Amino acid sequence: MRFIKSIPPHIRDLIGNIRSVAQDKYGLDFFETIFEMVDYKTMNEIAAFGGFPTRYPHWRFGMEYDQLSKSHTYGLSKIYEMVINNDPSYAYLLEGNNLVDQKTVISHVYAHVDFFKNNYYFSKTNRNMVDEMANHGARMRRYVDKHGIEKVEDFVDTCLSLENLIDYHAPFIERRGAEDDSEDDGEVPKFEAKSYMEDYINPDEFLEEQKQKLEEQRERKKKVPSEPQRDILRFLIDQAPLEDWEADILSMIREEAYYFAPQRQTKIMNEGWASYWHSKILTEEILDDSEIVDFADIHSGVMATPQGGFNPYKVGIELYRHIEERWNQGKFGKEWEEIDDMERKSHWDKQLGLGRDKIFEVRKLYNDVTFIDEFLTEEFVREQNLFTYEYNPKQDTWEIASRQFEQIKEKLLRRLTNFGEPFIFVKDGNFRNRAELLLHHKWEGTPLQMDQAKEVLESLERVWKRPVNLETRFEDEGLLMSFDGDEHTHESWDYESI
Amino acid sequence: MADLGKIKQDHQRFKQIVRGKIKDNLRKYMSEGELTGRQGKDTVKVPVPRIDLPRFKYGDKNTGGVGSGEGEVGDIIGRGDEAPGEGGPGEAGEGEGDKALEVDVTYEELAEIMAEELELPNIEPKGQKTIETTDTEYTDIRKTGPESLRHFKRTFKEALKRQIASGEYDPEDPVVIPIKEDRRYRAPEEDTQPESNAVILYMMDVSGSMGDEQKEIVRIESFWIDTWLRHQYTGIETRYIIHDATAKEVDRHTFFHTRESGGTMISSAYNLACEILEEEYPVSEWNVYPFHFSDGDNWSVDDTKECMKILKERIVPRSNMFAYGQVESPYGSGQFIKDLGEHFADQERVTLSEIENRDGIYDSIQEFLGKGL
Repeated sequence: MRFIKSIPPHIRDLIGNIRSVAQDKYGLDFFETIFEMVDYKTMNEIAAFGGFPTRYPHWRFGMEYDQLSKSHTYGLSKIYEMVINNDPSYAYLLEGNNLVDQKTVISHVYAHVDFFKNNYYFSKTNRNMVDEMANHGARMRRYVDKHGIEKVEDFVDTCLSLENLIDYHAPFIERRGAEDDSEDDGEVPKFEAKSYMEDYINPDEFLEEQKQKLEEQRERKKKVPSEPQRDILRFLIDQAPLEDWEADILSMIREEAYYFAPQRQTKIMNEGWASYWHSKILTEEILDDSEIVDFADIHSGVMATPQGGFNPYKVGIELYRHIEERWNQGKFGKEWEEIDDMERKSHWDKQLGLGRDKIFEVRKLYNDVTFIDEFLTEEFVREQNLFTYEYNPKQDTWEIASRQFEQIKEKLLRRLTNFGEPFIFVKDGNFRNRAELLLHHKWEGTPLQMDQAKEVLESLERVWKRPVNLETRFEDEGLLMSFDGDEHTHESWDYESI
Repeated sequence: MADLGKIKQDHQRFKQIVRGKIKDNLRKYMSEGELTGRQGKDTVKVPVPRIDLPRFKYGDKNTGGVGSGEGEVGDIIGRGDEAPGEGGPGEAGEGEGDKALEVDVTYEELAEIMAEELELPNIEPKGQKTIETTDTEYTDIRKTGPESLRHFKRTFKEALKRQIASGEYDPEDPVVIPIKEDRRYRAPEEDTQPESNAVILYMMDVSGSMGDEQKEIVRIESFWIDTWLRHQYTGIETRYIIHDATAKEVDRHTFFHTRESGGTMISSAYNLACEILEEEYPVSEWNVYPFHFSDGDNWSVDDTKECMKILKERIVPRSNMFAYGQVESPYGSGQFIKDLGEHFADQERVTLSEIENRDGIYDSIQEFLGKGL
């Protein structure tokens, strides 16, 4: 075990203790984890940087810091812990937390690291991100020195409003090799000719003309994605007329977006898993009798759900427990599903004891979408008192809309799929044959927030440097939104799904 | 590992953006997130500005969501922009549409926020000094206090004691539920410090052209002025004068809730102000702060002349600062601030500020209090 020197001996012992219990008794499997003890200011600072104190300079980290330190000052929230997906992992403990807090946090951290290491959706993340972020920081500072903070920061701002235009599944798709660029060596094919006939058979004007045609062709082939692509950032890096430093910044931002994506994709699962284990480890192994009340206070704080709200920690831990119970009792499979008698169904218990194995399998293979899709049951929805809510524009209120299982599940999946954000594709890089950009919004029944969409088109235009267009729908009408660098226009459009 | 101070640069830059000093293009993405604080009966908003860069997204109002808790279909669980929030540790205030958060804030803390947000200088008080108290360490325990200072173990013990005493406690089923009377809070022990006195004299034009929105702006602004001056002085008195063509002294509630019609004779208010100040607040003992709010549409050129005379001879000489805030209204000509500007251009102790709308309040407070007078 490696420690930063700031960890006091009694906490070191605690870490060692929890580590062996988690590993040997419960079978958690984590990267080596390096703990550091920090004061709340440093904690807020690290949290503001998304866990990476060496990140590039940007005002939005200052904004997060502003918010964190204010809510800390007024006792609204306290960050107990921070843990970084990296090998080795880094975890930060808050100095001045009481011992029960620390025990909870350390257990929670080890379960997170187990999740990072084993969950499939994290399998393609860069496990050396601590160095990579520092590297990004250094590159960005170099660009700031060279081009000035204003210029670089403006470009970063532009990129950040495009940050979510990536394909969350891309890291898992085997790409075909580069498309038939074998014959594309830039040379104009010539007719075979003896040297004294060369000028007649391959006249210069003809060659020139052919060359231009070829270039145009190549240009067109390059600009148009062969099929609509979701990784718009990749497309821009390859195709937009960017300066080297701009392309580099865009690729750094894209890389960071892909790094953080699995954490967003598994929020319920990851927090549920960590809470499940801190509760188990503490109550079964680590706490002594005098500490149980303090632990209950901490744990109930983590599990608390604001009236009418949604707490991923709570839903996550309960769903794992629900799965564990079902697999312990054999409440799964065809036999169980086909029982009609509710009474019999709820008292079903084949004493299989498969629960623990099952939840380990779940943490390996699922993400929030598939987790909910597969394991959310009507029983669970009832136990957890879940409902859907809708906005009522007439009253300007939010109202409970349904307590029907199917509707709750559908709404939850919709909120989780692509994080409830629209699916946007790049469809054409040579739209109207004028090198304009054409994006496509996949219609799912909800119009985009138009004012924001316009602003994003402006960001895109700054990168693409030619007019940009977005095909979408508003209610039943197809709509083409355009921005040419000066003004926004829109026209009705023959919208076709892709 | 952490490079302390690195965040300071980013934080500084963010604050400069919020204040509109750099990167003006980003200000349109700014939303005034806020922590809602309570100070006695007043609700105060602690600003937590956010800048959210634009994204392709759906509006929350179009999509709805999933929540948990009691309630029937059709029950209201949120209003307006306060969509139901997400729970969990450290989640407070994240994301848009979260419920406004309530915190208990002391004047002291509020003033610190102001100093921080508005970069206000401290005031050098004048007058006699007496003895008075201020806060220090949180070593005391009390029965009331803000939730952030709740002493969990003490509270739990009290609940346990009560339940055992009343026979509610069952060791087989050890459920302990604290009720309000059981709650215990950490509280500060007190220490002493010298004080000095100040009087704030608010004057407001309540003629027909000052609408509810204008008054609301004055109310918010005066709250912050109170807060700041309370922080600077320990003995604060506030007096309120309303005027249209005539002036009268009123209490705080009336001040903000009176609707009059008719014309505007600003001199009436200034005359009354002079009477109050001259009779009750000797210059040697009091720091004097007259604030006047109007939409700037005075009755006549003659009355304006009269006003300038009163100010010059009787009010400004005895005040630390005379402040005039002109609230924009659709009806007013807004001439008065120009007249003041001409007469008092070289007077440091006269501060003028135009308040366009609610967003202008911060800037205006900064203009009023930024000189440290």
